[in-house]
Amino acid sequence: MAAPASTSASAARRGLPRRLSVNTAMTVVLCLVTAGVVALLLWILGYVAGQGLKYLGPMFLTHTPPGDPSQAGGGFANGIVGSLVIVGIATGLSVPVGIAAAVHMVEYRGRLARACGFLTDVLIGLPSIVTGAFVYALWVAHFGFSGLAGAVALGLIMLPLVIRATAEVLRLVPVELREASLALGVSRARTVMSIVLPTARSGIVTGVMLAVARAMGETAPLLLTALGNDLFLETNPTRRMSTLSLQIFSNAITGFATAQARAWAGTLTLVVIVLVLSVGARLISRRGIVRSAR
Amino acid sequence: MTPLPGSPTPRRRVRGRWHGTDTVFQYAVRAAAALVIVVLVATAVFLVQQAWPALRQYGILSYLLSDRWAPSEATATGRHPNPYGIAQFAYGTAVTSLIAMVLAVPVAVAVSLYLTEIAPRWLRRWLSGLVDLLAAIPSVVYGFWGIFALIPAVRPAGVWVSRTLGTAPVIGPLFAGPFFGVSYLVAGLVLAIMILPIITAICREVFATVPTEDKESALALGATRWEMVRMAVLPRSRSGIAGAAVLGLGRAVGETIAVTMVIGNNALSITTSLLGPGATMASVIANEFTESTEPFHLQSLMVVGAWLLVIALAVNTVGKLIVRRTREDIA
Repeated sequence: MAAPASTSASAARRGLPRRLSVNTAMTVVLCLVTAGVVALLLWILGYVAGQGLKYLGPMFLTHTPPGDPSQAGGGFANGIVGSLVIVGIATGLSVPVGIAAAVHMVEYRGRLARACGFLTDVLIGLPSIVTGAFVYALWVAHFGFSGLAGAVALGLIMLPLVIRATAEVLRLVPVELREASLALGVSRARTVMSIVLPTARSGIVTGVMLAVARAMGETAPLLLTALGNDLFLETNPTRRMSTLSLQIFSNAITGFATAQARAWAGTLTLVVIVLVLSVGARLISRRGIVRSAR
Repeated sequence: MTPLPGSPTPRRRVRGRWHGTDTVFQYAVRAAAALVIVVLVATAVFLVQQAWPALRQYGILSYLLSDRWAPSEATATGRHPNPYGIAQFAYGTAVTSLIAMVLAVPVAVAVSLYLTEIAPRWLRRWLSGLVDLLAAIPSVVYGFWGIFALIPAVRPAGVWVSRTLGTAPVIGPLFAGPFFGVSYLVAGLVLAIMILPIITAICREVFATVPTEDKESALALGATRWEMVRMAVLPRSRSGIAGAAVLGLGRAVGETIAVTMVIGNNALSITTSLLGPGATMASVIANEFTESTEPFHLQSLMVVGAWLLVIALAVNTVGKLIVRRTREDIA
């Protein structure tokens, strides 16, 4: 770790050994801190894997929990199905709207677009429990707890994430493509639908996958909306539903080792789903067309 | 209004299948963009509307002035004293978020300096990917891990601190024991890990915008790499780091489930010791929402939610403005 360049001036040389050792010391410190953070990540993932693998198995993925949480056996099948249904609906709600809002922001601009851009960032910082409370007031207070209410809450959480990711890639689509299309007499709408969005596709998919990963892990807003249902498999989203995250939470905070064993298996399942989505999103974005245009 | 060239004139003559839909399309995407504003406004309106009965019963100020949360003492008619004081939740939110920020910001700056200035290029991509993975891990997982892995790991240190600092004058009450694990401190620790990736990501971006010329000039004048960082990179990035810290703070303020699992949920009053159990604004909502049966209990939780919204929006907007201004300064 030598200094990249040293001057010949003698004044600068006098303190050189000390300066070099400070440089080395700081380099080592920065290295160690980074290594520490990576070690922390490995500790978390390793711990989750170690605890989760003790119970994770076919039984866990295909059965519902026993009626009495202190009993061993059973699994989170209802939570897994619930997560898929709720996040599926949330994706269906938020992705089209999010992409449309991003199209407005980038393709049409104007005052509304600027406001939307800023508020999207603000919305990303909105605590998810507040979104949950909002959906409670909007929906649950009138129609009761339901998977659908949970989906609306998760959809609202995903919306700004989808908008920001989409807007970011839309800005990377070369203006020349739009100009070429418009010069051929193609309408604005069709230019967006057939030229701009397809070009940005991989980037949008990346953003959606990250938003889905985020929604999969959300717990707090679901406590106020979907509520959970630890007993049986529920596929009707108009009734209260469990999700993987809710089941992890409710089983983790019981005092029973058996319930905690199930919760650890659930945690591992959730972490694997989320990591596959996040890493997958990264791989897709790396291959994207738009990326190469950057 | 029309930033793209070439669209206005041909529209009248050429009428393909898509041309009639052009206006419809434009209104549709505009509606989607407007929805973002609607959502934000509606969130505030609906929260206040839910909280309104309780606010009318007890008044706004009595919430902030009391740190006693005792739902069982609430009656349908009693107005004074307000059994739903929330000062202790505001305190818990502030303390845990500040602990998180104090711990996370230096680490995040160090990691992003390493990633932008020191790490070899092939390693950068991998390491930044790993740090980003910390952001992908769900809150409930952090909470569960916090209870079973982190608390046992920090318990000896906590007990030691309560024995030594806990008896010191002046600061003693802040570190008084006993230390059972669930506490402001552990909640702050978990939050620090959770906000680390976002602060790191922004710092990395900020450091990357420092002009290469500045760095090269420093090196050319004989600066060592660390001196280059200290003289060229850090001074230019000061406000960017501040913005990143504030945005991390905003994230910490709203974190719910992980905090609920490790803070101990002591809602009754303010606990002075950082090693003692407490509650935050977000955690009390998650913890009591489904069990809120007393008069004005649910409405009072909504009051907490409304205040949380105000605080989170303020912190995030300030952070966003700082980061944005920094970017414009550099550009």
